[in-house]
Amino acid sequence: MTRIFGVLAWFAGLVFFAPVAWMFLTSLHSETDAATNPPSIAAPLTLDGYAEFFNGGAWPPLLNSFSASIGSTIIVLLLAIPAAYALSIKPVEKWTDVLFFFLSTKMMPVVAALLPIYLIAQFAGMLDNISFLTLLYCSMNLPIAVWLMRSFLSEVPREILEAASIDGAGLITILRRVVAPIAMPGIAATALICFIFSWNELLFARVLTGVVAGTAPVYLTGFVTSQGLFLAKVCAAAVVVSLPVLIAGFAAQDKLVQGLSLGAVK
Amino acid sequence: MAVLDSVSTGERSVADRPPPVPRRSYPKWARRAPLLPALIFLIVVTQLPFVATLVISFMKWNSLDPTNRGFAGFDNYVNVFTDPDLRSSVVNTIVLTASVVLISLVLGLGLALLLDKKFKGRGLVRTMLIAPFLVVPVAAALIWKHVLYNPEYGLFNGILNWLGFDAQPDWISSMPMSAVVLSLVWQWTPFMMLILLAGLQSKPVEPVEAARIDGASPFQIFRYLTFPHLRQYLELGALLGSIYIVQNFDAVFTITSGGLGTANLPYMIYQTFYQAHEYGEASAAGVIVVAGSIVIATFALRVVSSLFKEEAR
Repeated sequence: MTRIFGVLAWFAGLVFFAPVAWMFLTSLHSETDAATNPPSIAAPLTLDGYAEFFNGGAWPPLLNSFSASIGSTIIVLLLAIPAAYALSIKPVEKWTDVLFFFLSTKMMPVVAALLPIYLIAQFAGMLDNISFLTLLYCSMNLPIAVWLMRSFLSEVPREILEAASIDGAGLITILRRVVAPIAMPGIAATALICFIFSWNELLFARVLTGVVAGTAPVYLTGFVTSQGLFLAKVCAAAVVVSLPVLIAGFAAQDKLVQGLSLGAVK
Repeated sequence: MAVLDSVSTGERSVADRPPPVPRRSYPKWARRAPLLPALIFLIVVTQLPFVATLVISFMKWNSLDPTNRGFAGFDNYVNVFTDPDLRSSVVNTIVLTASVVLISLVLGLGLALLLDKKFKGRGLVRTMLIAPFLVVPVAAALIWKHVLYNPEYGLFNGILNWLGFDAQPDWISSMPMSAVVLSLVWQWTPFMMLILLAGLQSKPVEPVEAARIDGASPFQIFRYLTFPHLRQYLELGALLGSIYIVQNFDAVFTITSGGLGTANLPYMIYQTFYQAHEYGEASAAGVIVVAGSIVIATFALRVVSSLFKEEAR
């Protein structure tokens, strides 16, 4: 009986993984081998698809994506950690209301704010500007980060904080010597999850950026209407653009559910 | 219960205790200070644009015709509600969201139950199952559109050819909505699986053991013990999935470009504002989306809040 479950699980795993594996394999084929029917699995491998992708102007969008994702993640952490502190370790009055206000902003569809944000960007001369996009990604990720960080900070044992305080440790010492070491894995997981969300974002990037500040997902939309021999190149592009997310995702694997459910599931 | 929210584990939770008695009591403003930057930033960036959307939704405003701008009353709302394209986009949004959430929830439940068993290579299978969720959404949609669905050299028709079938269907044009749904199910099933797996693994062992000793069948154990425990995880998965998928833009934009009757509300608003430059109508549609989301969000917040209280108790 258990053997059947194992076989089934392996089968399901392979089915779900097949498109990813196929994307990877096709990215290593030549364009002509990539576009055959039936598919040529054993065709010789080549890095031409990658060469063409990187020579085709892929660096600026990748760098834009990195700066928007990393920049917004850093700002979000700087804003979220103190806020989470004020919602868990030294909670303000009505802290649950504040917490749920953060969550409720995440439930509003971003598309409804698209036009005014576009108009503001236009008015401020910030269209096609990566800093503006970075700022937007901060607001997108801040509620998630606050919820997550609060959930991690509330794991800091109260007794230790009190003991440290009685022993005469000041606020800075407590933060550095007690809170930080316990919260560090949580901070890392929060950072990785914010990075993934920013990196994946398309709608705002598509509307607000153009040739200068276009991000990697915007670059990928160039393939939407492509025709002819481009499969190896599009697969190489998909692999390269997804690689940071795959790495960050697997690095944060244990905390991934907690992050995606805004800390609701441990 | 080893469950939800993070107010964290039992006796350490913050909510069930009276507020701590600080040795040195801080004034109120000092407690609030760390919270303010985040709060103000969020209000400015997320709430003010909604106010602007509301204002613009009552204006006549097409950016291609800038002189003809003014108050329009409820005209935009009337236009939105009488526009057949927009009405069908509402239906599409509901169909898309409901089918993706339900199918991936059922598949995710099956996979979570399988992964809850012990077998050789479980870690590897888990990793393979998570991978689809970690492909960038636009990239995933491109792969489905060009590499899997393509009628001439796509993998699906290649496999059909291999197996000796003559049929070489054009997947996207013959079943556009299902094509979008399938690609999203592929991406979202791992998400549901992860949530449900977390639920299964937090299930207490003793009652199951006791039931087994008392002669309960595996089905009875699932029906009366596992399923009730999983219910809140199923609810949570469904709600979070709905919130994310209602807003889906990438798959519709990439796979069908909103054509063939698949345009959902986010795509429709994008098009009304970005391509047709009808600012007033796009805003009215936006306000309607917000109103719809508030309904879902109210349920979602209620569920999260009840889990939150349960954990804090």
